[in-house]
Order: sequence, then structure tokens, then C-alpha cells
Amino acid sequence: MRRALPVLIALLLAGCGGWQSANDPGGPVARDLQGLFWLFTITCGLVWIAVMGVLAAALLRRPPGTKEERERADRRSVQVVGGAVAGTVLIVAGLTLASYFATRSIASDNPHELVIRLRGYQWWWEVTYADERPDRVIRTANEIHIPVGRPVRFELGSVDVIHSFWVPNLSGKQDMIPGRNNSIVLTADRPGSWRGQCAEFCGLQHAHMALHVVAEPEEDFERWRSAQLAEASAPATEEEEAGKRVLEGKACAACHTVRGTEAAGTLGPDLTHVAGRRYLAAGMLPTTRGAFAAWIADPQSVKPGNNMPMVPLSADELQSVSAYLARLR
Amino acid sequence: MMGSRAMAWRGATIALLLLAGCKREEHQTRLDPPVAEALDAVAAMPNGISGRPPRAIAVMGEPYRSNAYQLSQGKRLYAWFNCQSCHADGGGASGPALMDGWWRYGPDPVSVFISIRDGRPNGMPSFRDALTTEQIWQLTGYVQSLGATSSTAASPNRNDAMQTRPAENQVPSMATLPSPPTAR
Amino acid sequence: MSAASGDNDLRDIAVAPDALEARLAHTWRTPGGLRGFFTTVDHKLIARRYIITAFAFLLLGGVLAMLMRLQLARPEARVIGPDFYNQVFTTHGTTMMFLFAVPVMEAVGAYLVPLMVGTRNLAFPRLNAYSYWVYLAGGLLLWGAFVLDIGPDIGWFAYVPLSGPQYAPGKRADIWAQMITFTEIAALAVAVEIVVTVFKQRAPGMSLDRVPLFVWSMLVTAFVVILAMPAVVIASSALILDRLVGTHFFNPAEGGDALLWQHLFWFFGHPEVYIIFIPAVGMVSSILPTFVRRPIFGYLALVLALVGTGLLAFGLWVHHMFTTGLPRVGESFFTASSMAIAVPSGIQIFCWLATIWMGRPVYRTPFLFILAFIATFVLGGLTGVMVASVPLDSQVHDTYFVVAHFHYVLVGGAVFPLLAAITYWFPKMTGRMMSERAGRWTVGLLFAGFNLTFFPMHILGLQGMPRRIYTYQADLPWGGMNLFVSLCSLMLAAGFLLFFVDAFRSARGGKPAGDNPWGAATLEWATSSPPPAYNFAHIPVVSSANPLWDNQGALPVASGLSVNRRELLITSMAEARPEVRETSSQNSIWPFLAAVTTTILLIWSIFSPWGVVWGSIPVAVTLIGWFWPRGMPEDDA
Repeated sequence: MRRALPVLIALLLAGCGGWQSANDPGGPVARDLQGLFWLFTITCGLVWIAVMGVLAAALLRRPPGTKEERERADRRSVQVVGGAVAGTVLIVAGLTLASYFATRSIASDNPHELVIRLRGYQWWWEVTYADERPDRVIRTANEIHIPVGRPVRFELGSVDVIHSFWVPNLSGKQDMIPGRNNSIVLTADRPGSWRGQCAEFCGLQHAHMALHVVAEPEEDFERWRSAQLAEASAPATEEEEAGKRVLEGKACAACHTVRGTEAAGTLGPDLTHVAGRRYLAAGMLPTTRGAFAAWIADPQSVKPGNNMPMVPLSADELQSVSAYLARLR
Repeated sequence: MMGSRAMAWRGATIALLLLAGCKREEHQTRLDPPVAEALDAVAAMPNGISGRPPRAIAVMGEPYRSNAYQLSQGKRLYAWFNCQSCHADGGGASGPALMDGWWRYGPDPVSVFISIRDGRPNGMPSFRDALTTEQIWQLTGYVQSLGATSSTAASPNRNDAMQTRPAENQVPSMATLPSPPTAR
Repeated sequence: MSAASGDNDLRDIAVAPDALEARLAHTWRTPGGLRGFFTTVDHKLIARRYIITAFAFLLLGGVLAMLMRLQLARPEARVIGPDFYNQVFTTHGTTMMFLFAVPVMEAVGAYLVPLMVGTRNLAFPRLNAYSYWVYLAGGLLLWGAFVLDIGPDIGWFAYVPLSGPQYAPGKRADIWAQMITFTEIAALAVAVEIVVTVFKQRAPGMSLDRVPLFVWSMLVTAFVVILAMPAVVIASSALILDRLVGTHFFNPAEGGDALLWQHLFWFFGHPEVYIIFIPAVGMVSSILPTFVRRPIFGYLALVLALVGTGLLAFGLWVHHMFTTGLPRVGESFFTASSMAIAVPSGIQIFCWLATIWMGRPVYRTPFLFILAFIATFVLGGLTGVMVASVPLDSQVHDTYFVVAHFHYVLVGGAVFPLLAAITYWFPKMTGRMMSERAGRWTVGLLFAGFNLTFFPMHILGLQGMPRRIYTYQADLPWGGMNLFVSLCSLMLAAGFLLFFVDAFRSARGGKPAGDNPWGAATLEWATSSPPPAYNFAHIPVVSSANPLWDNQGALPVASGLSVNRRELLITSMAEARPEVRETSSQNSIWPFLAAVTTTILLIWSIFSPWGVVWGSIPVAVTLIGWFWPRGMPEDDA
């Protein structure tokens, strides 16, 4: 037992930080929430310990013997219970006030927000960077880059069922409800890369609907943004050229867009710069050429029930299309 | 007395196991590649109308006609691949209606499958390169449910969208449509 | 039903004392065999059936939980696939909430309330029988579907649009929605019976301030049921209409609203957890005095706390919707009200602590369960205070933190008191004691197993693990703790298994219990264990809140009730002064038949709206049979 205890504690504390953790804030909103969390936890913990202490004392003490002692104990108990109830009311009111203050401090109306439209699909995220100039609007999927220090407003929508946008390191969650326009504002105050996950049960692959948020310094962000505006990289080898033809000729083009090719489908994620994203299939596979091949060869084994069909390709076609996709940074 | 009670229990068990063949609700998300390939093996008549369906369909218990999940996938594909642009929601626009019980190339599933896979003259495109065989069969099943004269428990329901037609499980849908074209 | 021949109103004063019990037993008897099984209206038999069935569902739901833990023990495990996992967690939640928790609390109430208030049967006994069969049908519908792999897979609260006509193909969601109707009918029926029994059938002298706290809690619960259940019936009916007939209640494109479902469901759903919790605290308040050998401290405060909890329970529901983008001011109101409900709960805890403080503890199994309850429920209630805060909830909503919270309050706050109650009243129900040694092991295994299983889930939620996921990836730091949780869940399962085994064995061969093995104070201990069909040979007359403690020796009784007709005493609402003698119904097959026709109607309507129309004809026929006048004195009045 004594040896087990440190192991237990180590296990419990393992990953207190982390890249999808509310305990490792990357921005002011998450930090406020963490502070509020510790206030509540310590207060509630002390209350629990106090109640357990009273219970233990009640069990251990000798009860009053004579009738007068009993009546005196009764009267005193009325006072003590009354006091305890008053204390409860005070604590509860205090925590409610703390909660209100936290809500106020989290809300922001900074006019220099970057606006990103996020639409939830079963089971991936469509990310659109808004801009007043239509030719500067960027559409990508599953990975969001934001500049450090600037508030970002996410306008949340859903195409099918209710999803929920949640990046715990940066902020609380907000549901994406079809027919409603929700929004959430968050800011990253240090560079980093964090994982978020859909937090409202949305069907067969709710477990695998993850996204990544990458916060970078302003110049890096602008550079990334300009790069996203460019069309798809041209194929450099014959294999990649063959892959491009496979993509345009087979079912891929019916659902996906690769700007600069004939593929202009809008049903699935935009693939123009897919190889520049860290993960495929909404956070399932790290982006490598092999991962492309594995995903395309049998998406239903990797993510059963998702809407990407298993397109029959020959081995050569699979090789070439994965080579081409790996070029699309 | 004991014997008849035991018989009743045995009968109930058998009935239960038979019901377990309740394929209507199964969610089969993946076909093994050989099966998917076998689904392409329709033996069409020379005029492209009707033919012999692939054996795999019968072996699987005709899911594209009677499985709710497959029908709902077909309905999703109908919207996703923009069939409405020519066929509306089954009432027909520049393309023929799919709900009025009149089928230019015959009502059986093989004809519908061939229409979608290979296209037809006068404007029906071929979807062989845009859809997998399984998806074409899902669409086939859905299109047939559009033209059905009675709904089944597997029929899809209305979409969460603006209502432009009665739901597929509200029959008879034919009654709300103008009569089909007379013989040409 | 007996022909008028000679004395059809033979009173108990006209019968010799040694023949009285035999005649009452004959009048109130349930015949043996299948005939008695289907026609009984004895509240004790029906409630026992209910409790056994509910515990069977607990066992089934627990098996599903173990299956989930098996799948989640390792990252990207392939024990079960996503479709089956979705059915598993939906069926687990639905079973526990609708088929176990509410029915078992109502059933314990149905068993004990007539005994505790000193009457012979519940009000509306045939309705009671009917409600059991309807409940059983609903449970069989859900589990039959699950066993055939067509179980609902939409979560126990079935949010639209996921459960709507477009995204939930087939009949799975309809089965879920109709099962709700079954269990709602059953719950509403029992609630109505309890209200009427408590208000009008109490023993003479049992004024409202002498009513046992468990009876008060059942009364409050019954009112909460009556006011809350209709909301979920509306919601599930609207869902079925959307899916079957093509209405647009939840279709935003045609003027409906996806959030309407959430409002309707949670307006029921939050009171639902208090429907489960309030009887449990009533059980604690009734059991505790026996094990500290003094009356409960703060009777009035406890009653007010119960009523306050029941009232406040209706003002909290939006705290399930804090992340849906509702206006901030509105959400803040619900933060305040959700925190406020901590106050009546706190009152109850302080009163119990004061009772223990001034009493002399007797460490028997029910008391140990109560101690486990206090420790666990207070922790769960405090995490409830945490999730009541909108900003905090925005982090932990829909994560394992909330899973931990509600299991703490439901298992700690309801299951532990329930097991205490079963252990405590087992001698009354069966005439035998449960094993004290097994009971201590059970408490230990359950307490340790439960805390070790569910406490780490708080941490998992803060580390980002959402709910309702069938697996997670290996590069997330959740694997170790999930494995730990899954292993500890075996301890929890072992505790439950031990409880079941002990209950079975004790029911056959446990130590025989007398009338009052614990030396308790309330009226149910004044009759034999198990009670005869007629509960009390004479209706007792009560002059204090703890009749058996204050009337050492014989209880005064009321006499004058009939012995060859089923009769009980109606008393006034506040002071319980006798008013009239009321006939209680005979055994009848019609409740069972009406339940069969109701089942046919409801299941038919899953597949066709005409089921409601044509199915209502057999229902009408059976109701006519049920209500056909039977020549009782009230019919001639």
C-alpha cells in the first residue's frame, strides 16, 4: 500500500499540463478560468473537509447524558445549524459573485478582432478566414492559425447537427447549433500549438473530431496567411503529375477542392494546402505521405462511419496521389 | 403441462433469433473491397434497360432497398451531388420526375443503377468517376424509395431543411403529383 | 363482487379477536399461482416486483458500464465499434435514469408509504398494478431493441438534430422516445397514488407534523413528478411527430428550433434528478434516527428543505445549456438558482450532523451506508456548485468532469441511501435479515471502488477528455488514468455483486427478523415481518412523530372497519381526523389487460401514426372493463 501511494499520486498528477488541458492556459481567458477553478476548488475542498471533520467529531464524541444537557445541546444545535446555513448562504453568494466577475472579465469587445468562421460538419471543421476583400478570403480545414496577442472572434455555425468548439488551453467551449449564430472570442498570449475537440456528441465519429490551433507571432501569421492564398503547388515529379491526374479524374474532385487544379468539390475539406497541416482527418493521423495513402486506401477502417468513401485505386494510383498530396504545403 | 411450457419457451427463443435478422437498423459503414467490387457486376441487357443484379446484393439481404441507414446515405448523396438541379426533389425539372411511378428505363434497380453509373442520353451525366459503386447503389435504393407507392419502416424522413415535398415516409407521394406522361 | 347475502358489512368489532386476522387475510388475499400474479393489487407485492425489476435493470446497466470501461481502458481499443458503443452508452444512461432510478425510488415509496402512514393499501391500487406492467413493457422494449442491435444510439438525452429525422435513420430514436412514454405513464400513475394516499389515508392522529420524513419526501417527489414529467412527454411526442409525420418542431429551416428540445427536455431533466434524490434524502432522514437512537433533529427544517428543494428544482434547467449561446443575463440567473439549491441540501446535511452529534451511533450496515452517502454526496454537491458557474462550466461541460459530478451525486446521493434503505427494510419485506458481515464488505467495496473509479474522472475532464467518445488517441495523456479507472471499476462491480448475492441468499436463508429488529420508531415496524396482506389488523392511532418510541407497549387503534369487504379509512388532510370508510379495490385482471393494449398502441405508433387511432380502440375496451361498476357501496351512493 505504501509503495502504491506515490505511484497513485504520480498517475493522478500525470499530464496535469498538456496540449488539450484546461490546466495549461495559453491565453487570458483560459487563465481567468483556471484561477476561478482554483478558487472554487479550494473553497469547496475546505467545505468538504470541514463537513467531514464535523462528522468525525460527531461520531467520536459522547452524547449528552442528562436531560438538561440534552436540552442545552438541542438549543446550541439550533444556533450552530443556523450559523452553518448562514455560512452556506454566504459562501454560495460569494462564489456566485466570483463567477459573475469572471464572466465579465472574460467578455471582450475589442474592435481589432480577427474574424474566423468555423462551421462544424460531421466530423470535421471548416475554417474560413473572413476578409473585406473577397479575394483574400481563405478556406481551410481542421487547423487554425492565429496571431499571438490579437483577439480572435470565432463565428460558429453547423451544417448538420450540434457540435461544440472547444480548445481548453485557450477558452471554454461554445456550441455550434444549426440555425443559431453563436460566437466566441479568445486570445493566445504566447506562441504554441494546442489541440481542441468537438465537445457535443455528434454521431459515429464524435470521438475523432479534433482540431488544432497554432498561435504564432504576427509576422509568421501573416506569412502563413499569404501562403494559404496561393494556389496549390505544382507537381515536381512525374509521379506527382500522375497523382494530380488521379485526383482530378477520380472521385476526389467530386468532393474536394484543390485550387489550381480541376478539383472544385465543396463537400469535403479543402485540400489546397493539406500537407501543411499537422494532422489529417480531423486530428487522427499525423500528416505524412504514408498517412495519406493509409487514409485514402481505407478511410472506413481508420474512421468508421465518416463520409469519405473508399475509392478503389490501383497501387500505382495510390502511390502517385499520395505523393502529390504530400507536395501540397 | 411442463412439456407445452418448455415448447413455448423454445418457440419464443427461435422467434427472437429470427427477429435478430432485423437488418433494417444495421449501420454497415464499410464494405470489404471484394464485395464493393462485386457490386459493380451487373449484367445489363443490350439496350441498357434492366438486367441481372449482382449476386452480392441478394447475399447481403438487399440492404439498399430495406436498410434505413443505407437509404439515409442515399438521401444524403442525392443532396450532396446536386441531383436536385435536374430532378428537383423528385418532382422533376429539366430532368424527369422520379416520384411519379413512370420510369423511362424501367423501374427495376439495375436500370436505375446503370442510369446513374453510365449516364443516359439527353443529359443524364455519368457518375462513375464521382461516386463509388457502393454510393451509386445507395442512391439507387433511395431513388426507388422516392418512387415507391408505400412507405416502409426503413424509409427516410424529412430533412431538416425547408420543406419542398412530403417526406418519403408519407405516402402516397404520387397522389400529390401531376399524372405521368402518357405513352410516347 | 360478492352477492348481497347476509352481512356484507361485518365490522371488525363484531368478530372475535382470534378470528379477525384470519378473516382479514381472506378478504385481502392474493391467490397463488399465475392468477394471483396477474391480478394482484396488493401494494407490497407490486412494489416488490418493481424493486426486483429495477434492480435487474441496474445490473444490466452496470454490465454496459463495465463494457464501456473495457473499451476505454486503452487508447484506440477495438473492443467495440462506434455504433455499438453509442448504443451502449445511450442504453446505459437511459436504463439507469428511466428504468432504475426513478422506478426504484417510487417503488420503495409505494411499499413503505401505506405502511408508514398506517393504511391498508395505496390509493388507486389497480392503477398501481397497471403502472408496473407498463413500466415492464417499456423496459423490455428498450432492452429488446438493444439486444437486437437496434437500440437507440443518440445519447440518453437525445439532442436534436442528431436524433431528428435526418440524422437518426430508422426506428432507433423512435423506440427511445416511445419508451419514455411508457416510463412516464408508470411514474405519473405512482405519483398520483402517493399524493392521494399521503393526503387522505393517514392513520388518525397523524397530523402533517407527525408524518415520517420519508413520506414527506415521497410526497414532494410525487408533486415534482406530476409537474415535470409532462415536459418530457411533450418533448418525446414532438420528436416522434417530427420523425414519423413530418412536423417541424425542431427544424430551424421551417420555424422550429433545435434548442426547443433542450429546453423541454431539461425542464424535465433537472427535476428528474431531484425525483431520484429527494426520496433518497427522505430515506436517510427516516433511517438515521434508528441508528443514533434519538429523534431526528430539525423536523420542520427538514420538511421545509424538502419542499424548497422540490420547488427550486424547477428553476435550474438552463444550467444544462450554458454553452448554447443563450443571453448572458439569463444564464447568470441560473447560476444563482443552481447555487441556491445548495442551501436546502446544506440544511439537511447540517440537521443530520446535529442528529448524529447528539445521538449514540450504532454501526450497522445501513448507518455505514449513510456515512458513505454523506462523504460522497457532499463532494458531488460541491462539484455541482462548481459546474453551476457559467464560466467554469464552459470548460467542464460535456467532459468527464461532469460525468464524475453526476455519478457522485447519483451514486453517492441516491444509490447509497437506496442500499441503506434496502438493507434496513429488507427484514420488513422478507422477514429475514441481510448478513451484517457481507453488508460491511459491500459498503467498503462500494465506497472505495466508487471513489477510486470516479474521482480521477474529474481530472480527466480538466485534461480535456470529452464525454461520449468511444475511444481516444494514444498521444493524449489520458491512457494511464483511464486504465486505472477501468481497473478500479472492477471493485465497484464486486461491491454490487456482493450486495445482490447477499440479498438473494438472505431472502431464502437469512436470520429471521422479528417485527422490529432495529428498534425503530415508525408505524411500519408495528406489524409483522413481512406484513400481512392487510398491513394492520386495526388501523393504529398516532399521537406523536415517533409512535413506537413514545408508546412503549400497545399502540392505540381505531376499529370499525369491515372485515369481509376491503376497506380502509379516509382521514382529513391536515389533522388526520377520520372522515369516511372507503372501499379498496379487489384483485383484477383489467390493469394487466389495459397495460397490454396500451403497449400495443404505443409500439404500433412507432411504426405508423394510425397506431394511435386504431390502437386506442382496444385501450378503450379494457378501460371500460376496468371501470365497470362492481356493486361497491360507493357506486350506490
